[in-house]
Amino acid sequence: MYVLKILFKNALRHKLRTTLTVVGITIAILAFGLLRTVITTWYMGVEASAANRLWTRNSVSLIFPLPIAYKDKIRQVEGVKSVSHATWFGGIYIDEKNFFAQFAVEPKTYMEAFSEYYTPPEQKAALLRDRKGAVAGRKLAQRYGWKIGDTIILKGTIYPGNWEFVLRGIYEGTRKDADETVFFFHWDYLNETLKKTSPGREDLVGSFIVITKSPDIVADVAQRIDSLFKNSLAETLTETEKAFVLGFISMSDTIITAIELVSFVVIAIILAVVANTMAMTARERIGEYAILKTLGFGWFKIGGLIFGESMIITMMGCAFGIGLTFPIADAFGEAMGQYFPAFNVTLETIYMDIAASILVGLLAAIIPSWHAITTPVADGLRRIG
Amino acid sequence: MKIPLSYSIRNLWTRRLTTVITATGMALVVFVFAAILMLVQGLQQTLVQTGSEDNLIVIRRASGSEVQSSVDRYQASIVEADPAVSIGTDGERFLVKEIVVLITLQKKGGSGPSSVTIRGVTEKSLKLRPQVKLIRGRLPNAGSTEIMVGQSVLRRFDGVAMGESLRFGTRDWTVVGVFDAGNSGFNSEIWGDSDQLMQAFRRPAYSSILFRLRDHNEFDDVKARLQSDPRLTVDIKREVRYYEEQSEMMAKFLRILGISITVIFSLGAIIGAMITMYTSVANRVGEIGTLRALGFQRASILGAFLVEALLLGLAGGLAGLISASLMRFISISTVNFQTFSELEFSFALNLEIVSLALAFSLIMGFIGGVLPAIRASRMNIVDALRES
Repeated sequence: MYVLKILFKNALRHKLRTTLTVVGITIAILAFGLLRTVITTWYMGVEASAANRLWTRNSVSLIFPLPIAYKDKIRQVEGVKSVSHATWFGGIYIDEKNFFAQFAVEPKTYMEAFSEYYTPPEQKAALLRDRKGAVAGRKLAQRYGWKIGDTIILKGTIYPGNWEFVLRGIYEGTRKDADETVFFFHWDYLNETLKKTSPGREDLVGSFIVITKSPDIVADVAQRIDSLFKNSLAETLTETEKAFVLGFISMSDTIITAIELVSFVVIAIILAVVANTMAMTARERIGEYAILKTLGFGWFKIGGLIFGESMIITMMGCAFGIGLTFPIADAFGEAMGQYFPAFNVTLETIYMDIAASILVGLLAAIIPSWHAITTPVADGLRRIG
Repeated sequence: MKIPLSYSIRNLWTRRLTTVITATGMALVVFVFAAILMLVQGLQQTLVQTGSEDNLIVIRRASGSEVQSSVDRYQASIVEADPAVSIGTDGERFLVKEIVVLITLQKKGGSGPSSVTIRGVTEKSLKLRPQVKLIRGRLPNAGSTEIMVGQSVLRRFDGVAMGESLRFGTRDWTVVGVFDAGNSGFNSEIWGDSDQLMQAFRRPAYSSILFRLRDHNEFDDVKARLQSDPRLTVDIKREVRYYEEQSEMMAKFLRILGISITVIFSLGAIIGAMITMYTSVANRVGEIGTLRALGFQRASILGAFLVEALLLGLAGGLAGLISASLMRFISISTVNFQTFSELEFSFALNLEIVSLALAFSLIMGFIGGVLPAIRASRMNIVDALRES
C-alpha cells in the first residue's frame, strides 16, 4: 500500500507531463484496439463458418457457373443431407458506392442451410409466395431505411437490366458474428427473366451449398462430389466453408499484413513517448536515487520505483483506452458499414491491449532504471536539477 | 535581436536520448503517412500506365469491368465497321476483340489460391499495347492451346514457368513465353489465343473490344454514335479512364484507412513532442531568465523554442521519409476488389508526397512546440532567474 502511494505521488509530480503521456497511451491503445478489431472482423467469416457446410463451385474460378442439373446429382451423394445454391448477383443499388452482397438463391433450402439467419415465420411465408420477393439483413435494411413491402431496384452488372424486388422479410443473426448485410431473393425470378432476355445463360448457378449429415464426413463428401463431375465440362471444387472463406481472405492478405504491421507501429510510437517520459523523469531524479542508495535501499527497490511508475502511467492510459474503444468502435463500424458487415470488439483484442501496455510499461523503464542503478552515488549527488 | 540558430540545434544535441526518442516517434508517423500515400500513388500509376490515351475500350453497358462484360459477335462487328477505327498501312484495322476471364492459381510458398486474369488475345493486341514486350520464349501460336504469362504472374504463382502447363477448360495449356509490360497491370495477366479460350470456356461472346482511334479528337463523336446505335448496348471509354475507374474503390479504401491512421498516430507523436518541449523549457528556466536579462525579446525566445520544435519535427520527417523511400524497392500484390483479380504494384514516390510528408512533420513539430514556447516567452525575468 505504502509503495503504491509513493508510486502515485511520484507519477503525479509532473502533472502536465503525466497527463500528456496518459493521453498519448490512451490514443495509442485506442488505435491499436481498432486496428486489431479491423483484422478480427476480416477473419470473422472464418469463425462464423459452420463445420458441416460445404461449398461446391466451378474448379476453374468463381466467375464460372455450374449447371442447376448438378443439384440432384449432389443430393444423391452419400452423406449429403441437403443441397441449396446461391448465385452472386452483383447489382448496383442507386450508386456504385452502395456495395452489399446480393445472392439469387432457392429461399427455402437456403434459409434452412443458413440457420444463423433468423427470419420470422410469417415473413418467410410471404417471401415464398412472392417470386419478386427478397430478404435483407437487419443492418442492411437499417442502412438504407428499408421497410417490409418496399420496392428495391437494382441495376444488374452481370445480368443486364433493372431488377425490381419487393422486400418481404428482414432477417436477424442469431449469433453475434452472423453477417447481417446480405440481400437474397428467388433464383427462379432471375432464371425466368434470363430465359426471356438472354437465352443461353439460364439454368446456371454460382455455387452449391451442401449440408452433410455430420461434420466428421465433410472431407469424404467433398471428394465424392468432385469425383462425380471429374472430366465433365464444368468440373467442381468442393471446400469446407472455412476453406472457402479463407480463400477470399488470402487474396487480400497483403492489406491485412499491412494493417497488422501498422498496429505494431503505433505501439512502437507510444513506446517512444513513454520511454521519453521515463528517461526525463529518471534524469531529474538521479540525485534522489543517490540519496536512496546512501540510505541503504538496494538496486531492486530503485528499479522497482521506476518500473512501478512506468506501469502506473501505462495502465492508466490502457484503462482509458479500452474504455473508449467500445463507443468509438461502434461509431466506426457505423461509418464503415459498407466495408465491414459487423464490427465487434472481441475479448482477445482487450487482452492484446493489456499485453501491449504491459510490454510498453516494462520496456520504457529499462534504460532509465539501468541509468539510475549504475550511476555511482557520488556522481548522483553531485548532479543538480 | 535574434537568438542564433545554433542555440536551438545545440539544445537538441545536449539532450540526445530524448531528441532521438521523440524524433523516432515522429519518424514512424511520417513513415506510415508517406508509405500509404506512396501505395495509393503506385496503384494509380500502375493502372493509369496500363491504358493508352488513344485506345478506346467497348464493354457491355453498366457492366463496370471487362470480367462482367459480354459483347456478342454481332455487336462486335458493328463496332468493327465504325469509321473512327484507325487503319494500318496493310489495310488491317487496329481493333481487337478480346475475352477476359479469371482462373484460380496457387500462390508460391503455399499461401493459398488467388484469381488471375486470363486474356484471350490476337496478334494485334500487342500492337495496340506497345508497352507489352516478349522477354523470353515466343508468342503463342494462333489457334493453339499455348499461353504466355506476365512477369509478375511468373514471380508469384506456381506452375507457370516456361514449358509447364496449366489445366483449365478441360484442356492443357502450355506456357511458351514470358512478357514484360513495364509498370502496367498487364504484368499480372496471362495471355492466350482468343478463339481457343472462347471455345474452352464455352463463351459465345467477347468480353471487350479495344481499338485505336483514327483521330484523337474524335472520341465524343464515336461515343455518341455507338451509344445511340439501337443495335448496341455498350459503354465506350478511353482506355486510360477505364483503368483509372478500376482503381477508384481501392484507392479510396487505402486513403481513408491511411488518413485516419496517420491522424490518430500523429496525435501520439505530437504529445511526445509536447512532453519533450515542455521539459526542455522547464529545465532551462534559469537560462531563459538570463537570456531575457541579456536583452533578448519575448518574441526571440518564442522563436528559438519554436525553431527547436520545428527542427525536431524536421529530423523526424526526414528520417521517416528516408525509410519510406526504401519501400520503393518492395512491390505489393493484392486483389483489386473491383475486378476481383490479382494486381501487382509498387510504392511510388513523387515530389508531392515528399513535400506533403515534410509539411506534415513540420506541422507536428509546430503543434507540439507552440504551447511550451509560449510558456517560455511569458516567463517573468525575476522569477525565472530566482528559480535556478
